[in-house]
Amino acid sequence: MAAPVVALKGVGKIFDNGVAALAGLDLDVREGEFLTLLGPSGCGKSTALRMIAGLSTPTSGALVWRDGASPEVGFVFQEPTLMPWARVWNNVYLPLRLRGLSKAEAAPVVGKALALVGLAGFERAFPRELSGGMKMRVSIARALALRPPLLLMDEPFAALDEITRTRLNNDLLALKAELGTTIVFVTHSVFESVYLSTRIAVFSSRPGRIAETIEVSAPLARGEGFRLSSDYADCCGRASAALNAAMGGAP
Amino acid sequence: MISRDRFASVTLPLAVFCAALAAWEAMVRWREIPPYVLPAPSLIGATLVKDWGTLSGSLLVTLRITFEALLAAVIGGVGFAVFFAQWKWVERSFFPFAVILQVTPIVAIAPLLLVYLESETAVLVCAFLVAFFPILSNTALGLASADHNLVDLFDLYRASRFKQLIHLRLPAALPYFLGGLRIGGGLALIGAIVAEIAAGSAGQGAGLAFRIVEAGYRLNIPRMFAALVLISLTGILIFLLFTALSRLLLSRWHDSARERAN
Repeated sequence: MAAPVVALKGVGKIFDNGVAALAGLDLDVREGEFLTLLGPSGCGKSTALRMIAGLSTPTSGALVWRDGASPEVGFVFQEPTLMPWARVWNNVYLPLRLRGLSKAEAAPVVGKALALVGLAGFERAFPRELSGGMKMRVSIARALALRPPLLLMDEPFAALDEITRTRLNNDLLALKAELGTTIVFVTHSVFESVYLSTRIAVFSSRPGRIAETIEVSAPLARGEGFRLSSDYADCCGRASAALNAAMGGAP
Repeated sequence: MISRDRFASVTLPLAVFCAALAAWEAMVRWREIPPYVLPAPSLIGATLVKDWGTLSGSLLVTLRITFEALLAAVIGGVGFAVFFAQWKWVERSFFPFAVILQVTPIVAIAPLLLVYLESETAVLVCAFLVAFFPILSNTALGLASADHNLVDLFDLYRASRFKQLIHLRLPAALPYFLGGLRIGGGLALIGAIVAEIAAGSAGQGAGLAFRIVEAGYRLNIPRMFAALVLISLTGILIFLLFTALSRLLLSRWHDSARERAN
């Protein structure tokens, strides 16, 4: 098998307050996959994601990048995390602006990114004029603006209602199919993890490490039909069981 | 109910204000209170017109000092706040000085400044000192309260500290700064007046506060009131100016400047 984009090798993290968030975490991120980190709150899955983003450094172990260093990375937070004073267009322009691109140079890229998330026509709106789902779309457009080969998402849809969440799940799969981006996605929803991923890493907590990985073999061109398939039910059952076992069998 | 809102927000306060003036006027006439005890509003108005030559010059002096002091406070306050935000040790080292200047009443500092400085400069420095702190502390708070996730995002894109300041911290601090500016604007006027009164007793200065002191010596009570009216109007003008500025700059994105949805 080809070398992973990034490999976390025996990674541990102890925070300044003494809390051990991760211990001996081994995790490969493979090219082109949709990897979900599934686990209960406080199991260190977000910490692992932040390490891949370079926002946190391991206290033991190491991250090994296939190309020697981290490629361009896109990050989507649990909150939309938009600049409230800037219009949608300027929010998506931000990563390009920080790279030194002029507005004229960035215009086609920003337009494309907004079109990808279905927000063409909202360029001049301010974040607060948008719904929660639309704000999250802007956040995703911003993360995609630099066309990163690796997209990291930290429970991006957790704060959204079920209907919006389902729609964004489908749109994210369509985006993935179009761009081929490798995605690492953190969630605590079993159903979301199975619906979206090609592979699920189930975390156990205190300290966090991987209890089990589950491959979801169904092709990524998934629709609502997939939610009714026996394959889906089977994977949900396995993921739930793994999650329960990881939490020490607590109900 | 637009007409009712308008009545409550404009017509009613205006009517109450006029009624209060009318009651004042009526009481002065009915009780035949002499003008050197309490002048009627009509006499104060007439004095404003009659003495406009002297008073307008003083008004300009007070306005100039207030706005020069405020400008210096904005430059100093924002400048130091940016320094504080960039280097924590600068903040720890210098913040105590700012606090000392803030908690020491300006009336107590003014006589000393008048010893050291030309009276006009001393007045300016007093006005600056009182306006400086709210602008500094509010802006420093604003710079420090940028969304942590956005700070992470800027780190992720390896933005320099300067870019982070320009594109993230300064815009995030804007509502706080404007709040500080509104407080500082009012305080600059107070500082200028207090210092002028302290300086006025030394026989110098030509601002509105000096006119009050001077008119007081001459028992020209209507002119004292006329100067007071001008000082009040200046304060109101400053308040309205910065409220309008806040609205203008924040209305599209900040909760403080938006109407709540019904």
